[in-house]
Amino acid sequence: MVSFITNLINGLSLGSIYAIIAIGYTMVYGIAKMLNFAHGDIIMVGAYIAFTVITTLSLPVGLGILFAVGGCLLFGIAIEKIAYKPLRKAGSPLAVLITAIGVSYFLENMALLIFGSDPKIFSSVVPFQTVAAGPFVIPGTTLISIVVSLILVTALQLFINKTKPGQAMLAVSQDRDAASLMGISVNGTISLTFAIGSAMAGVAGVLLCSAYPSLSPYTGAMPGIKAFVAAVLGGIGSIPGAMIGGLVLGIIEILARTYISSQLSDAIVFSVLIIVLLVKPTGLMGKVIQEKV
Amino acid sequence: MAEMLKVEDLKVKYGVIPALKGINFKVDEGEVIALIGANGAGKTTALHTITGLVEKSGGRVLFEGKDITHTPPHKIVSMGIAHVPEGRRVFPELTVYQNLMLGAYTRKDGAEKAETLSGIYRRFPRLKEREKQLAGTLSGGEQQMLAMGRALMSKPRLILMDEPSMGLSPIFVNEIFDIIRQVSEQGVTVLLVEQNAKKALTIADRAYVLETGSITNSGKASDLLEDDSIRKAYLGE
Ligand SMILES: Nc1ncnc2c1ncn2[C@@H]1O[C@H](COP(=O)(O)OP(=O)(O)OP(=O)(O)O)[C@@H](O)[C@H]1O
Ligand SMILES: [Mg+2]
Repeated sequence: MVSFITNLINGLSLGSIYAIIAIGYTMVYGIAKMLNFAHGDIIMVGAYIAFTVITTLSLPVGLGILFAVGGCLLFGIAIEKIAYKPLRKAGSPLAVLITAIGVSYFLENMALLIFGSDPKIFSSVVPFQTVAAGPFVIPGTTLISIVVSLILVTALQLFINKTKPGQAMLAVSQDRDAASLMGISVNGTISLTFAIGSAMAGVAGVLLCSAYPSLSPYTGAMPGIKAFVAAVLGGIGSIPGAMIGGLVLGIIEILARTYISSQLSDAIVFSVLIIVLLVKPTGLMGKVIQEKV
Repeated sequence: MAEMLKVEDLKVKYGVIPALKGINFKVDEGEVIALIGANGAGKTTALHTITGLVEKSGGRVLFEGKDITHTPPHKIVSMGIAHVPEGRRVFPELTVYQNLMLGAYTRKDGAEKAETLSGIYRRFPRLKEREKQLAGTLSGGEQQMLAMGRALMSKPRLILMDEPSMGLSPIFVNEIFDIIRQVSEQGVTVLLVEQNAKKALTIADRAYVLETGSITNSGKASDLLEDDSIRKAYLGE
């Protein structure tokens, strides 16, 4: 029982990291109407920035996290401006999709060029002690991941529901032309969305590499795909959906890895996705919007 | 009367197909202008060019003397032009209140905004009752009122309305036209696109008739109401 609960907490922790990534995926999809397959690689960019600042330059951890998040934010804005924005008018979803895959390879190869292919040991970025409560022994990173993701999701919900740029994001996601008639800059709003999503991916990068301390140019690929699955599972475009999808996915993954087979755990994760989509094609929280004519 | 909006030799193409073949019209301050025409004549396109939602292949749009031909849509509303689009286009998953506040997105005057809002609630009591309801769950007529209220939240000097009576029951249609008249009486200039030519000509000062991308007739609305060709083509007589 104790080990089951410990596994559940570990699943929750991994799941909260997936959730942070999935929220970025889902926001970009909801507002820019595109699947940013390079989103996972932003995680890797953030982790390398943190690694460089903290380990290579021996600067304070706080500074490393700040640079990682800020760096990802700028990367996100730049990628959108350079790679995706010029394609927006052309209106071909396929062109955007292929470009996103191209950006993903570009980021991975850039990291390969700068840092080489050998995995870096990423240690003590989040310097928290293991917590022992009764029979439970929980690593600090596990708790921090859960707490940080809760804080981020709450802050994001407040931002979206209580601020004007947040309302603008909702408006653009529902009707781009109508939003621009309200005086909302669609380009500016999309840019802001990329900034927020990428900054969150930066946080996820630091957390992920603190929990699983090995860093390579492909570090972001698998979590990126999992987070995409989480976003679809929750109902792509829905922020609460991404949150729940992420948590469910993390828990299933850890439990499958522990109790069924560590080789099969990813296959099980994807099977769950397929089953959920067969039963509810819009995902757990997705809704079919009926338009009145 | 001062000239408010002037459209000169405006041309629009969708691909190779011309939708507007060089049209000219103007709207003076305080007027109600009707733009009538059959389905596919290019009425919506004409309004879209004014607010920048479609690219023009030629011509100019002047608002209060300023050239706005290439002004992007999101910079139009703060200049004083509001657009009530065809099909209402309310934000379905936002509440009535949130939709209205988005109408005032570019306004910086907090206290006055609240005043505009209460004015709109007085004019549309149904919107007040449904303040917290999602816009997508409103009836068609209520959505039209919301789209108008949202546009009025920007305190426009010129309001463009694209078929506000489309798909509404006769009672709602009368209510909508009453509201257009009230809006005009309060000093807002109106450019109205309508299928319901009879009603539009009844409340308009002047009107233009658009046929497959060209303006084929124009004049005082009361004269057009008497015009035989107009009566045949648009008034079903
Ligand atoms: N996005 C578009 N792409 C291609 N053709 C278009 C587009 N929008 C409009 N058209 C065409 O341009 C012409 C004018 O359309 P528009 O919507 O302006 O007409 P309308 O007068 O508003 O018609 P309705 O009364 O049916 O609303 C039509 O032939 C239409 O098919
Ligand atoms: Mg039309």
